Amino acid sequence: MNRRIPAWMWASAAAAYLFLYAPLLVVVVFSFNDSKLNAQWVGFTTAWYVKLFHNEEMLLAARNSLVIALLTAMASTVLGTMAGFVMHRYKTRVLPVLVLAPIAIPEILMGVALLMFFVMINMTLGLVSITLAHIAFCIGYVAIVVRARLAGMDESLVEAARDCGATPLAAFRYITLPLIMPGVIAGALMAFTLSIDDFVITFFTAGASASTLPLQIYSMVKIAVTPEVNAISTLLLLLTLLLITVATKIAPGLLRLNR
Amino acid sequence: MATDNKGKWLVGGPPLAYLIIFFAIPCLLMLVASARAPGEFGGLAPLVADSGKLNLTLASYARFFASAIYLQLFGKSLWYALLTTALCLAIAYPLSMLIAASKKKYRDLLLLLVILPFWSNFLIRVYAWMIILGPEWALARIINGVLGVFGAEPVTLMFSPFAVIVVLVYVHLPFMVLPLYANLEKHDPALLDAAQDLGARPWQRFWYVTWPLSLPGVFAGAALVFIPAFGIFAVPDLVGGTDGIMIGNVIKQQFLETRDWPFGSVLSIVLMVAALGLTAVAALAARPRRNAA
Amino acid sequence: MTLLEVQNVTRRFGSMTAVDGVSLSIDAGEFFTLLGPSGCGKTTLLRMIAGFDAPDGGRILLEGKDLTGVAPEHRNVRTVFQSYALFPHMTVAANVAFPLKMARTPAAELNAKVEEALRDVQLDTLAARLPHELSGGQKQRVAIARALVTHPVLMLLDEPLAALDAKLREQMQIELINLQKEVGITFVYVTHDQSEALALSHRIAVMNKGRIEQLDEPSKIYSFPKNRFVADFIGQCNILEATVQRRDGQVAELELPGIGLARAIVDPALRNGARGALALRPEKVAINPSGHPKTDGDNHLSGTVTDFLYLGDVTIYRVALASGQQIEAMRANSASGRARFFEVGDAVDAAWEIDAGHFLVD
Repeated sequence: MNRRIPAWMWASAAAAYLFLYAPLLVVVVFSFNDSKLNAQWVGFTTAWYVKLFHNEEMLLAARNSLVIALLTAMASTVLGTMAGFVMHRYKTRVLPVLVLAPIAIPEILMGVALLMFFVMINMTLGLVSITLAHIAFCIGYVAIVVRARLAGMDESLVEAARDCGATPLAAFRYITLPLIMPGVIAGALMAFTLSIDDFVITFFTAGASASTLPLQIYSMVKIAVTPEVNAISTLLLLLTLLLITVATKIAPGLLRLNR
Repeated sequence: MATDNKGKWLVGGPPLAYLIIFFAIPCLLMLVASARAPGEFGGLAPLVADSGKLNLTLASYARFFASAIYLQLFGKSLWYALLTTALCLAIAYPLSMLIAASKKKYRDLLLLLVILPFWSNFLIRVYAWMIILGPEWALARIINGVLGVFGAEPVTLMFSPFAVIVVLVYVHLPFMVLPLYANLEKHDPALLDAAQDLGARPWQRFWYVTWPLSLPGVFAGAALVFIPAFGIFAVPDLVGGTDGIMIGNVIKQQFLETRDWPFGSVLSIVLMVAALGLTAVAALAARPRRNAA
Repeated sequence: MTLLEVQNVTRRFGSMTAVDGVSLSIDAGEFFTLLGPSGCGKTTLLRMIAGFDAPDGGRILLEGKDLTGVAPEHRNVRTVFQSYALFPHMTVAANVAFPLKMARTPAAELNAKVEEALRDVQLDTLAARLPHELSGGQKQRVAIARALVTHPVLMLLDEPLAALDAKLREQMQIELINLQKEVGITFVYVTHDQSEALALSHRIAVMNKGRIEQLDEPSKIYSFPKNRFVADFIGQCNILEATVQRRDGQVAELELPGIGLARAIVDPALRNGARGALALRPEKVAINPSGHPKTDGDNHLSGTVTDFLYLGDVTIYRVALASGQQIEAMRANSASGRARFFEVGDAVDAAWEIDAGHFLVD
C-alpha cells in the first residue's frame, strides 16, 4: 500500500515516536550525569556504573534474576511448545483457556492468587515460588509463538513423514521440530526476557527476603533514587536490545505480522 | 487415527497439569477465600471451624457493596482505564496508519521501533517519566512558568492522576499499535479508491471505509490496553501520590499490609469480573452487523 | 492375484457421506485409477488406504491382511502427495533416504538404494540440492523416488501431475507408465482428468458422490458407459433421450422424442417401453451435405449447422435437429486444402452406424 502519506500523519507519527523514545533517552543520558539529581546535566562520568558493580544487593538481585530467567525459559519453553503443539493439532477446550488466561487477566490477580496458594500449601516464599509463578505465565507466550509457527507449516509434511514409515514421535523429531525450531527459540528468548522484566507477579510471590532486579529497582525508586538506577536501567536496555536482535535474526518472522 | 487421543494426553498432559496446579487451583482458592473469614493475625481463618462446620461467610462481599469508597475507587479505576485506552487509540491510530501506508521495506523497521521500548523493563519506563515529570525538570518548569505568567498556581505534575494517565498511556501504547497495524495492513487500497471515485471526501472515506474495517483491530488493541490498565498498581504506586490511587493499590494493600485476605479476594474477583465482563460486552457490541447506513 | 481389497467401505463427515459402501479389488502390478469430479470421494478413499483416515464402516485388506487400526507408518504403502510434500530442510538425497532411515537400514545399503532410486527417476546429479532449488517436474520425481525407494507393494498417487503444465504433464504421463511397468509396483492413481485416466490405466473406477459408477478397462468405459454420468464425464458424448419401441433380436428400434427413430444394439433382456438415453460419441457421427446418398442400415437425421469449434486437428460441429435438439459431430481436418467443410446454416445429414451408439438404461 504505497499511498501518499499526508503531512499530519507524518507529524503525529513522529510525535508518537518521540513520545516513545524521549523518556528512555533521558534515563540513558542521565546515567552518565555527574550529579545525584536527575535534574541538570553537570558532567560526564561513569561513576554510577562503578558504584553499581560494587552494590552487593544489586549484584545478588541480578544473579537471582538471571537464574530465575534461565530456569523459567527452559521449563516454559518445553511446556509451552507441548501446549502449542496440542493446541494446534487437536481440538481441545480446556487447555487453550488455561494457557491463555494468565496472559489475558491483569497481572495482579495472578500475583495475589499465587501468594495465597503458596502460603496455603506451606511453601516459603522465595526464589522457588517466583520461578514457579514465572513459568506459569510464560507458558502462554511460548505456546502462542509455537502455535503460530506450526500454523505456517505445511501439514502434509507430517503425513508424508508418517507415510515414509515414521512414528508420530519420529515425525515430530525429524520434521516438525527442525521446522518450528526458530519459533521455539524465539519463544524461549521471549520467556527469558519476560521473566527478567517481571515486576507485579514477582512482587507478590517473592516474600520478604528474595530479591530480583525489578524488585531492587522498585525499592530504589521508592526509597532512595540515585542515578545508579539509571545505570542499571541502561544496562538492562542494552541486554534487551541484544536479546531482541538475536531473536529476530533467528526467527525473522517473529515480529512480522504481515504473513 | 486411533493413536491420536493418546498423543493429545501425552503431550498436552504436562502443561495442562502445570497450569491446573499453578493457575486454575490458585484462582479457585481465591474464589473460596473471598467467602472465608479473615484470620486472627491476617490471612485466612481455618476453613473448618472447631465445631466441624464450614466457616464460610459473605460478609466481605457485603462490606464491599455497602461501602461507597471502594465502589468509587472501582469507578475511578474504570475511568482511568477507559481514558488510557482512548488516548492510546488516538495516538496509535495515525501511527499505525503511517506504518501500514509505508513501503514494505520500512514497515518492519518502523514496527521494531515501536516495540523496542516495550521490551525494556517496565519499571524503567515508569522511572523515566518520574524524571521528566519531576518538579526540577524542564517540563514542569516550563508549564509552571507559563502558568506563572497568567498568575495561576504552580502545579506539580508528579504524584497526580495526570502522571498516572501519562505513564499508563506510555506503557500500553505498543499494545494498541500492533493489533491495529495488523488490521490496517490488510485493508484493500482499492476500497478507498472506489470510495473516492464515488465522491467521498477524505474524512468520509475514513469514517465509512477505514474505521469500520479497522474495528476488529481497534477492539483487540483496546482489550490489550484496558484489561491490564484496569488492574495496574505499580504505576499509581510510584507516580500517583494519594490522588492517583487505583483499585490495584488497594488490592496490594489488603494482601500485603492490612492482610485482610478475604476482602482482598473479593476486590480481586470483582476486578476480574468487571474487566472481563466489560470486554465481553464490548466484544458483543463490536460484532459486525448488517450495515444499512 | 488380488493385492488390495476394499470391502464395503463407508466414510461420513457429519451429515455428508464422502464414501458410500465402496467395494473394489485391485490386482498386483495393476495401474488402477480412481476417476471422478471434485468431491466424489476418490481422495478420501485414497487416504483411507494410506491410513490417514479410518473408515466408518467396512474394511480394507492388503495382501489379505486387514488394515483396520494399522497406523500409516506400519503399512507397506507409499503415497506421492499432490503438493509433493518434500521436506524443505533436507536435501534431495536425504528426502529419498528418509523411509530407509525410518526402517533403520544400515548406512551402506541405504546409500546404494538412494542412488538407485535417484537413477530410476534420472535425478542422480541433483542429490545435494534442496527442494526449493528444484523445478516442479524435478520435485515430482523426488517425491516418486522417495515413494519407491523401499519397494512398497502399493503406491498411491494423489493427482501428482495436476500442478504441471500441459507439455510436461504429457511427458510425465509416459514416464509414469514406463516406470510402473519397469518396477512392477501396483499403482493406485487419483485424478479428475479423464483423458489422463484413459491414457495411464489398466482399469478405471469412475466415482461420483461417494459411489463407484463403473469399474472397467478404459476402452470399455469409453465405448460402453453404464449410465449418463459416466457417458457425460468421459470424453464428449451426445445423450439423446430414447425409448425402446420394438425389438428384433439384438437390434432395437428406439424412439427419440421430437427427433425420430433410430436403430441400436441393446441388451436382449430389455423389454419394449424401456426408457433411457442413447449415448453417441461425436467422432462416430458423420455429417455430409444434405442430399448426400444415404448409406443403408445406418441411422440418418437431418439438421442445420449452428456452431463449430475448430480445434486444429478436428472440428466439432453442432447440428440442430428438427426438434431443436442439438447433436455434436466431430470431423477430422485431414483432407488438405480446405479449412472448413461446413458453414453455419448449412443443411446437413448426420449419420451413424447402428452399433455406434450405446443405450443407457435409466
